Amino acid sequence: MYTTDLSGKQQADKIAEDPALVAAFEARVANDDFIEPKDWMPEAYRKTLVRQISQHAHSEIVGMLPEGNWITRAPNLRRKAILLAKVQDEGGHGLYLYCAAETLGTSRQQMIEALHSGKAKYSTIFNYPTLTWADIGAIGWLVDGAAIMNQVPLQRTSYGPYARAMVRICKEESFHQRQGYEIMMALCAGTKDQKRMAQDALDRWWWPSLMMFGPPDDNSPNTAQSIRWRIKRETNDELRQKFVDVTVPQAEAIGLKVPDPALSWNDARGHYDFGDIDWDEFYAVVRGEGLVAKERMTARIQAWEDGAWVREAAQAHAMKREAAKLAAE
Amino acid sequence: MAKASTLFTYALRLGDDSLIIGQRLSEWCGHAPTIEVDLSLANVALDQIGQATHFLALAGAIEGKGRDADALAFKRDVLDFTNCLLVEQPNGDFAQTIARQFLFSHYQALLFGELAQSKDERFAAIAAKAAKEVAYHANLASDWVVRLGDGTDESRTRMDQGLQWMWRFVDELFVMDEVDAAAQKAGVGVDKAALRAAWDQRIDGVLNDATLARPASRRPALGGRKGHHSEHLGHVLSEMQFLQRAYPGAVW
Repeated sequence: MYTTDLSGKQQADKIAEDPALVAAFEARVANDDFIEPKDWMPEAYRKTLVRQISQHAHSEIVGMLPEGNWITRAPNLRRKAILLAKVQDEGGHGLYLYCAAETLGTSRQQMIEALHSGKAKYSTIFNYPTLTWADIGAIGWLVDGAAIMNQVPLQRTSYGPYARAMVRICKEESFHQRQGYEIMMALCAGTKDQKRMAQDALDRWWWPSLMMFGPPDDNSPNTAQSIRWRIKRETNDELRQKFVDVTVPQAEAIGLKVPDPALSWNDARGHYDFGDIDWDEFYAVVRGEGLVAKERMTARIQAWEDGAWVREAAQAHAMKREAAKLAAE
Repeated sequence: MAKASTLFTYALRLGDDSLIIGQRLSEWCGHAPTIEVDLSLANVALDQIGQATHFLALAGAIEGKGRDADALAFKRDVLDFTNCLLVEQPNGDFAQTIARQFLFSHYQALLFGELAQSKDERFAAIAAKAAKEVAYHANLASDWVVRLGDGTDESRTRMDQGLQWMWRFVDELFVMDEVDAAAQKAGVGVDKAALRAAWDQRIDGVLNDATLARPASRRPALGGRKGHHSEHLGHVLSEMQFLQRAYPGAVW
């Protein structure tokens, strides 16, 4: 799962930084070297990365909820096991990403508090509901498909721990995308009710999936700097186009219709042309107005608060054991 | 030779136990106290769903009427489910879930250790693989019983309450009825009653580390093996079986 940068234009950094250090850093990045946790880095680079990686981690964790909604209702044992393993993978991704962000000097606790207070964002896609089993197929196929488009370039992102986390994540996402498409294939080869479910899921998830790539390039305030720093490697619109080009033939292959009357192949460009995205909807969802945004945050906060006594107990127990060990020495 | 109907029921009981606790554990996914705990509960759930798939497929093959693991999991009603009452108990708080897992995983660990020696290679093969999985589950649950029992006052109270909830279902695990006796006599099944002493020893050892008291013995709650369940199982099934019931004949 991936999230694009959802914050507004970042404040210019006010800290005076040694121009020689900045120049050396810029040269390393331009040379495609990895920046490691103990290396000097500009404060704005650090902040951008913390924001992006933590947002990505939050998306993985919140993203467990819409799919988790169907684990107990999966239609057979094989699908149940696959979905459980997939949602578990998303939790694992969240974990490595929180760890990668922690190398930049922010604790997991701080990041989780920022999520719960609404200060930190997560991908807008998870604020849409999963109504039928076909939504599990559509999420794997489209949402994880979009995630892969976003994440493959991030395996070469300039920050070493993030790039390395992304290598493993990409492998797993590719499996997720295939299992999602396979669910859709089964539905499309099935009964009239199943085909209806599949088409309806595509109808609802198509546009939100295109929105996952973030605002158009002419309205993406942080893209230029992120590309210069090799935090991002391709623009939102480039990635979105790539996604449309790959996904449309996949829909056609199983007899589904992409819900866009303006969609057509453009020979001259060698790409699909597609209709306008409803950016008002996107920004409303970013503001927290997605249909199930309240449910998602309530579930995360409740899990965290209900689990507080468990975390406290684990800590108290570890301290008791530590004290007993010291006393015995 | 045991009758096919005996072995069918024997395999079904093993499959139903794993299926229902796997289903219960999967309810936690996305809602656990930490990400690490979430991942570990999902691991246990996955192992249990895998065991269920193997045992139910075996039951279907023994029965020979064309029912596969999915048909058995998704198209039987509550009276035909043969899991023990323990596994269908609600998750409650994390301590209640851990109490259930702790009592059950130690039972499964002993059971599969023996079943791996079964004369019937089909049972033995599934049990040998599952024995490694449930040994890990038993360790995981025991570690949490100790942390929660010997953690804070609150965690200790909750762990104690979780054990109190689950304890009335313990005796059922070790009951040997006519199916169990026939399967054991044929060299296929395990003498579950004989596992009790080793189980008690394991449980008492962990409770001692956890500074928790063993709950008092009480009249056992029985009935699961004969399809007489608590009120909870019907709800578990109605959720689990919804798609297969709503769209009969569909392939997923």
